[in-house]
Amino acid sequence: MNVHEFQAKSLFAQFGVPVPRGKEITSPEAATAWANELNTPVFVVKAQIHAGGRGKAGGVKITKDKGAVAGFAKELIGKTLVTHQTGPKGRQVHRLLMEEGANIAKELYLSILVDRDTGWPTFIASTEGGMEIEEVAAHTPEKIIKEAIDPAVGFQSHNGRNVAFALGLQNIEPAVINPFVKMLENLYRLFMEKHAALVEINPLIITKEKTLVALDGKVSFDDNGLFKHEDVQKMRDLNEEEPLEIEAAANNLNYVKLDGNIGCMVNGAGLAMATMDVIKLAGSEPANFLDVGGGATKETVAAGFRILLSDPNVKGIFINIFGGIVRCERIAHGVIEAAKEVKITVPLVVRLQGTNADEGRKLLAESGLKLEVANDLWEAAQKIVKLTGKAA
Amino acid sequence: MSILVNKNTRVVVQGITGKEGSFHATQCKAYGTKIVAGVTPGKAGQEVEGIPVFNTVADAVKKTDCDTSLIFVPPPFCADAILEASDAGVKLVICITEGIPVNDMVRVKRALRGRDVRLIGPNCPGVITVDEAKIGIMPGFIHKKGIVGVVSRSGTLTYEAVHQLSTLGLGETTCVGIGGDPVNGTGFVDVLPLFEKDPETQAVVMIGEIGGDAEEKAAEFIKKNVKKPVISFIAGITAPPGRRMGHAGAIISGGKGTAAEKMKTLEAAGVKVVKNPAEIGAAVKQALGR
Repeated sequence: MNVHEFQAKSLFAQFGVPVPRGKEITSPEAATAWANELNTPVFVVKAQIHAGGRGKAGGVKITKDKGAVAGFAKELIGKTLVTHQTGPKGRQVHRLLMEEGANIAKELYLSILVDRDTGWPTFIASTEGGMEIEEVAAHTPEKIIKEAIDPAVGFQSHNGRNVAFALGLQNIEPAVINPFVKMLENLYRLFMEKHAALVEINPLIITKEKTLVALDGKVSFDDNGLFKHEDVQKMRDLNEEEPLEIEAAANNLNYVKLDGNIGCMVNGAGLAMATMDVIKLAGSEPANFLDVGGGATKETVAAGFRILLSDPNVKGIFINIFGGIVRCERIAHGVIEAAKEVKITVPLVVRLQGTNADEGRKLLAESGLKLEVANDLWEAAQKIVKLTGKAA
Repeated sequence: MSILVNKNTRVVVQGITGKEGSFHATQCKAYGTKIVAGVTPGKAGQEVEGIPVFNTVADAVKKTDCDTSLIFVPPPFCADAILEASDAGVKLVICITEGIPVNDMVRVKRALRGRDVRLIGPNCPGVITVDEAKIGIMPGFIHKKGIVGVVSRSGTLTYEAVHQLSTLGLGETTCVGIGGDPVNGTGFVDVLPLFEKDPETQAVVMIGEIGGDAEEKAAEFIKKNVKKPVISFIAGITAPPGRRMGHAGAIISGGKGTAAEKMKTLEAAGVKVVKNPAEIGAAVKQALGR
C-alpha cells in the first residue's frame, strides 16, 4: 500500500526525521489560513497523488507571495495530473501539501528496502539527489552506495558512518555527519516497526544553514504487515486506487486491471500470469490479472464475472482453472449459477483441468450456456482469441 | 532416490487442528506420507484422524522422532512457528502459509543462518516425492513416478507443468514449490544441485516469474554446475512494471526482474526457455530426445 507525501512526512516527523513545516490542505481558504500561520519567505504547494513526476506535470508551485497560495490551491485541487507514472488518463488531485521552502545547498538520495538477494534491509544512497535513482544506477552505478543492516542486531552507528563517508559528507558538509547517522537509525526503526516495503527520500537536502531536511518522502507498506498497524491502515486513500480493484479486494479476489480485450479468471497467481502470457502468444492482449484463489465458489465466480464485465474493453472471457483441492465440477456449478445471475454478453471459453475435470466439462456442455469448453491451455487461448478477434 | 523427502520422512503438522491443517494432514496421510504428529498449543492429547496432537514441537520430536515440519499456522504466528520447529531440532521445515509480513521473514531467515535446518517456502504448495511422500497441498493424483525434477515459485502453474509431464509419460521424481514471497528459505540455486546429484532425475523443469533475481542467480549456477537439461518457463511477460501480480514477490521495479530479461539470461546459460506454458512438457520430451 502506498501513502501520500504528507503522510510519509508525518511518519518521518514521528520518528525524528526532520521535515519542512507543512500541512495537508484541501481548500483555497485553508491554504491562506496556513500561509498566515506558516509565515515563511517561500511557500511550496504540492499536489498529493500516488505518482512521481509531479513537478514536471505542473503539480508543484513555489511562491514568495502569500497572497498567491489560494490561487494555486484553486488551480490544483480537482485538476488531473498526467505524469510518466500515472498513465495517459492521469490522476485527479484531491489534496495538497503546503509547506515552507528551504535553502538548498546540496541534494542527496536515500532509501531503505529489503534486498531480495540477501534478505537483509539495505540502505541505498547517492550524491545524485533529485534524479530518478534507476537512471543513476543505469548510467553511473559507481555513484550508488549500498549498506546492508544485519537484522539480528539492527542498525549500528558504523552502518551510518559507512554511508556518510562513502557519500563524502566530510567534504560536502562535516556538520551533518552525526545528524545523518542518527537519521539512518531513525529510518531503520520506521522501516522495521511499521512493516514498510520502501522508505525513500529524494531529495534529502543539506540546507545552507547546515541542516538535513527530507524535502520529499515516499513510503510504501507491506500489505501483509498492515494488520499490525491501524494508524497505517487509516492512511489508505481509495481515490488513488482503481474502483474495480477495490471491489475485487472486497470479494477476496486479486485483480489488476490492464489494457487488453480478453478478461481472464484463473486460480493461482502464477497460472494467472501464464494465462495472460498465453493470450498474448495467441495474438491478443489480456484485459486483467484475476486470481480467484484456492477456494473459488459460486459467489467468487459471480463477483469475478461482474468485475470483468464492468470493464468496457472486455470483448471475451477466458476462465482457466486447474483443479487441485478445488474440484472442477464445483467450479462448473459456480459458472452455471453465476451465469444465471450475471448476464454474460461476450464470448466465454472455459478450460477445466485437474480434479474431476471431465465431470465439470460435461456439466458445462449440458448446461445450455453459450460457451466453449476446452481441455488444453493452448487450445483454449486460441479459441478465445478467434472468438474476439486479434488485437489491432 | 529423490530429493528432500521420501517414504521414510517423518512429518509433524503445525496448526493441525485448524481447518486447513486438518484437511491437508488427512490428505497427505492418505497419499502414504508418514504424518506422525501434529502440534496445536493447548490441544495435547487430542487426535486428528489418528494423528496424535502435542502442545509443542519439542514434545512431538521427543515422542515421535519427527524430522520434518509442515506449517499451516496463520500469518501473524508463523515466524514463531518456523523458529519453534528449528529450535526443536526439525531438519526440514515446509511452510505453506501465505501472507507472512516480509520483515518477519527477514528476521527468521537471519535466525536460521548457520543452523542445520532447511526452510521451504513460505507461501508455497510444498514438496512431493511421487509415490513416497506428499508434504503439502498439491493434488497427489496428477503426479506420476518418473524422471523429471520440478522446482517452481508458483502453485497452480506447477500443477499445469506436472500435468503435462505426467500426460506425456515422462513423470516426475520430486516437485519442490519454493514459494512466491520476496524473502524465502530455499531458492532455485539450493534445489538445482540436489536434482543434479539425484540419479533418478534426468531433466529439471524450473518455473520462475517476474521480480527479484532468483532466475538470474539460477542461470549463473546452471552454467557452471548443471549438466542435466534444464527447461524453464517464466510467467509474467505481459505484466506491467510496478504492479504486484498476486505474489508479493511478483513485482517488477525499475525495469529490473522482467520476464524478458530473465529469459535472455537463462537462454545464455544453456537453459531451454519455453515461451508458451502449454509446451513445457513437450520441450522436456524433446530435450531428452524421446
